[in-house]
Amino acid sequence: MRKGIMVVLSTIAMVAVSGVAFAADADPSVISMTSLATALGMALAAAGCGIGQGLGLKAACEGTARNPEASGKITVTMLVGLAMIESLAIYALVINLILLFANPFLG
Amino acid sequence: MSANLHPIYLVEEAVKLVAPFLADAQGHLLIPNNVLYAWAIMAGLFIVGWFASKKISMVPSGAQNFFEFLIGSLEDFVVTNMGENGRKVFPVLCTLFIFILCCNLCGMLPGGDSPTANVNTNAAMAVFVFLYYNFWGFKLHGIKYIKHFMGPFWWLAPLMFPIEVISHFARPLSLTLRLFGNIMGEDIVLALLFILAPVVSTLPMCFLFLLADCIQAFVFFMLTLVYLQGAFSEAH
Repeated sequence: MRKGIMVVLSTIAMVAVSGVAFAADADPSVISMTSLATALGMALAAAGCGIGQGLGLKAACEGTARNPEASGKITVTMLVGLAMIESLAIYALVINLILLFANPFLG
Repeated sequence: MSANLHPIYLVEEAVKLVAPFLADAQGHLLIPNNVLYAWAIMAGLFIVGWFASKKISMVPSGAQNFFEFLIGSLEDFVVTNMGENGRKVFPVLCTLFIFILCCNLCGMLPGGDSPTANVNTNAAMAVFVFLYYNFWGFKLHGIKYIKHFMGPFWWLAPLMFPIEVISHFARPLSLTLRLFGNIMGEDIVLALLFILAPVVSTLPMCFLFLLADCIQAFVFFMLTLVYLQGAFSEAH
């Protein structure tokens, strides 16, 4: 599993470095690297966010199962926690929106 | 993209009809959309509030009932979390919550735009929250409010002070970006899904985004409450 991740990441690194061999800072290179970066960044952010929110949800379900009377407070706490974790993925989304629609390296 | 989507904003069109001197050469209004809609929502809330408080009776009904329920439960929440000090800052908190909730929901209406989808509205509110909780800190503790930034021990102060200052400045930034990213993301997702499959895919997403609007307004309100609680508390 770790070996698989290493293989995938080193492939991406080699592809990324090979982009420099093409015309220096021509527009196509910037566009392609930006697309790769935005897609990969958002995917990683979504994965981390999913894991984090899943753990929070798990704890909330267990708490409600142990003590159904406190389910109101637990639900409110859980929703606030989910929104905070989601905001980390939103930061990645904002960077991606900037790169896609207001890219400072493209004219 | 083959589709050419030009949204029609009703308030903007109405102002262009009523006051053509506010439009420039290309037909765009000189007042930005987010400012226009923020003013429209404020006017709407004033009118609704005035109607709700015209005839106050001991047994409430209609608009008074709804507002009593909303404000009562919010005040209970604030006092439960913040103690009796919460009553001093409760009007500001409640205003923030109701205003942000209406702003977010306005984007879901046909012909409406959410002012919170623009970074400037959110930045204005976040900067206000930052100044407000620091104002309460200085008002309650005087110059000793600086001790909040010093950390647990006096010899850690030179290390803790820059870290605390940066983390305090990160608070309005995160408030802004959280609200902006959520509401703008909703708009973009709805627009993209509309290109792919016009009604079938956008209707279920609308329900999810209605829930997300309410949650984001509540989170902004809750974070302001937490920051005020930190400013009210005694430093060590």
